Amino acid sequence: MTNLLSPSAMGTDRVRVDGAAKVTGRARYACEHPVPHPVYLHPLQATIARGTVRELHTDDATALPGVLTVLTPFNAPPLETGTDAELEILQSPEVAFRGQLIGAVLAETPEIARQAAGLVRARYDREPHDVTLSADRDDLYAPEVVNPSLPTDTHDGDPDAAFAAAQRAVEATYTTPMLHNNPMEPHATIAIWDSDGLTLYDSTQGVHAMREVVTSVFGLEPDQVRVLAPYVGGGFGSKGTPHANLVLAVLAAKRTAGRPVKFAVTRQQMFSFVGYRTPTIQRVRLGADADGRLVSISNDVVEQTARIKEFAEQTGVPARSMYAAPNRRTTHRLAALDVPVPSWMRAPGECPGMFAPEVAMDELAEACGLDPIELRVRNEPETDPDSGLPFSSRNLVACLREGARRFGWDRRPRLPRSTLDGGWWVGTGVASSSYPVHSAPGSSATVRATGGGRYEVLIGAVDIGTGAWTVLTQIAADALAVPAERVDVRIGDTDLPEATVAGGSSGTTNWGSAIVEAAREFRQKFGADPHPGDELTAGMPELPGHERFAMRAFGAQFAEVRVNADTGEVRVPRLLGVFAAGRILNPRTARSQFIGGMTMGLSMALHEESVVDERFGFVVNHDLAEYHIASCADVASVQAHWLDEHDPHVNPMGSKGIGEIGIVGTAAAVANAAYHATGVRVRDLPIKADEFLEEAR
Amino acid sequence: MESEISLTVDGVRHDLVVDTRVSLLDALRERLGITSPKKGCDHGQCGTCTVLLDGRRATTCLALAVAHDGADITTSAGLESGGTPHPLHQAFLDHDGFQCGYCTPGQICSAAGMLDEAESGWPSAVTTDLARDPVLDAEEIRERMSGNLCRCGAYVNIVAAISEVAGRRSA
Ligand code: FES
Ligand code: FES
Repeated sequence: MTNLLSPSAMGTDRVRVDGAAKVTGRARYACEHPVPHPVYLHPLQATIARGTVRELHTDDATALPGVLTVLTPFNAPPLETGTDAELEILQSPEVAFRGQLIGAVLAETPEIARQAAGLVRARYDREPHDVTLSADRDDLYAPEVVNPSLPTDTHDGDPDAAFAAAQRAVEATYTTPMLHNNPMEPHATIAIWDSDGLTLYDSTQGVHAMREVVTSVFGLEPDQVRVLAPYVGGGFGSKGTPHANLVLAVLAAKRTAGRPVKFAVTRQQMFSFVGYRTPTIQRVRLGADADGRLVSISNDVVEQTARIKEFAEQTGVPARSMYAAPNRRTTHRLAALDVPVPSWMRAPGECPGMFAPEVAMDELAEACGLDPIELRVRNEPETDPDSGLPFSSRNLVACLREGARRFGWDRRPRLPRSTLDGGWWVGTGVASSSYPVHSAPGSSATVRATGGGRYEVLIGAVDIGTGAWTVLTQIAADALAVPAERVDVRIGDTDLPEATVAGGSSGTTNWGSAIVEAAREFRQKFGADPHPGDELTAGMPELPGHERFAMRAFGAQFAEVRVNADTGEVRVPRLLGVFAAGRILNPRTARSQFIGGMTMGLSMALHEESVVDERFGFVVNHDLAEYHIASCADVASVQAHWLDEHDPHVNPMGSKGIGEIGIVGTAAAVANAAYHATGVRVRDLPIKADEFLEEAR
Repeated sequence: MESEISLTVDGVRHDLVVDTRVSLLDALRERLGITSPKKGCDHGQCGTCTVLLDGRRATTCLALAVAHDGADITTSAGLESGGTPHPLHQAFLDHDGFQCGYCTPGQICSAAGMLDEAESGWPSAVTTDLARDPVLDAEEIRERMSGNLCRCGAYVNIVAAISEVAGRRSA
């Protein structure tokens, strides 16, 4: 058992340390760092979905005054190849998906670069492409593992026989669409390659992760590359791994004799090469006895990956641990298509993979004549059904009960389509939420006394809006037993001690544990009254509990939905979530994480869908006017609450990650509420007005 | 083609020569190094580039710099007076009306412009009584702020922050 750090600054409500810089706009994001005489890059993108670039006519472009050069697959500097096809751009004329980067114009101004890019003419040898995902394809395959390295399939007992014999059964197919992360700050890089080496100001979730990839792709040593990311305008997974835009910026910087290259990806380009969430097709079967005790759970998932690089979203994984049942199966099958490479998007696996089963649970509750909360309570497992390990803490039932109390669940009419209020059908719904406690080795931190009782804490972590900068300050203060005002935390730079990527809701666990260890060793060595300049670096210790326990955060999501009886318009006047996620280190930033996730979940439920034109293989609604994300008028009341959860096993702070759980289950709660409002069961996201109009006819 | 223009930004006058294709946003960000207004879409779809342009909120990505010779521009940084935060700054800090901060300067300029619009009696799509001055309840604020997207999902905190300032102004 870990001895939990005793909280003083931790758990208190603190304004963000980077708050003043952000509200005034003085915070400098990647492309905003002042650099002398930048060169502007505008990319060239393939306009076919599969084939070969035969020729690129660049004469008109290079003749334009202000154009420095045009990079193409025929003249680009070589890269180390053979490890990551997504990143190995301009190394061959092959085109693997529409929108792929096939070159770049470098010019004195952004306007000239863009104009010149429009003057480049490409000739291709076109091949037929295939971008259509369907569960009926005959070439679906089982990947070796699913993200990050989990078993592709799991089998326990005989789920088919148990399902066939079950007294109550639900069998249905659910789908979630292709989704794009769309952080508000588009991906952007300033690349400077001069005699000091390579310096990158990059909009990234992990400076060291970016450096690792850049060094391997360009054959450099770590000390030749510095990556800085003091402020990052969101990422939601799309900046967690490097994408081809970073490589293109660095390739270009090789050609500008030390002049900085600026590559600000446009919103439209973000639909082509910075990752997205795969569409999913989930076949769910739930079998139960007459009392609603599950005897069989299965989720058979079909999704897509890119022909050039595999990413297998772990959509079936949450069904492995949520509810007890002796017979269980989860499978993943992929179609490898001529599409951009899918990647992480907020709660990969959990987010889509809790939509289908949690709507199916609502259907099962109805089939059993049970309240949906009661159904979930009856299927609460004693230990993790997947690993067999005990949970370090599991408070799903308490979240459901507390949420029911706060939401006013007892006033809910039992039957759907019971409430018509001023021309709107009104209903409420619930779904469970869960997210694993991830940790990863590789972070270390430096504690340095700066005199006058002040300390600097250095770690190459990144705050993408999570509040990490503030929370790490609180952790460091408690670890050093000083007030938070005496601690300056520095982050976002590879010159600082190595840190893992801001992803998997693991930042606080990894970075915080490293800071606690460094502070402990610092005090051991230098005592309570160190000299200015005394410093100590330590790595994150092993967290032994992670071997012995299953660790997850849990939550309950409640939604109220109104569906217009005439138009089918869907509104969500109220979302309420209750979470059990260990110790909450800063209530202010934690609440923002939860409500932010829930708001993105609402957006997923009602608005978001990347529509692919199969004839051409690209996303037609590739901007924010057509790829709708929830706007201010779409979001009314969003409340997040949490239980006081004591978990001594997760890490020295007793905290669980909270950046992703807020989006998990939200869309299911909204769909379940829409059913309760109208009696129409929607199994395909996003929920659209016409679903309800058909019923009216 | 290039033109000479002058812009006054946050009280400081700048003379510059711009390509006539340069947007006001790029003139600020790339020519003057003034990066408080952000670029989230460059197509008038997100609001991150909002400033007060001659006193009214405007998306600078949709404005050409040459069309605004002599303009007076206030960014979120310019809303501070002598190091004192604007009430909207303080309210956004108090209500945690942001996470990554990228939409935030635009939200704050938009809110400042919106409060003036409401005070001048401008109705919105959800104003029911056009004969009276609009009352900035949550629904009005949400409607009027819907040109400013926030992918971090800070809307409920943004509305709380603006409500607080609106309430103080009308009190
Ligand atoms: S950048 Fe101007 S509205 Fe999006
Ligand atoms: S704070 Fe990140 S987009 Fe609004």
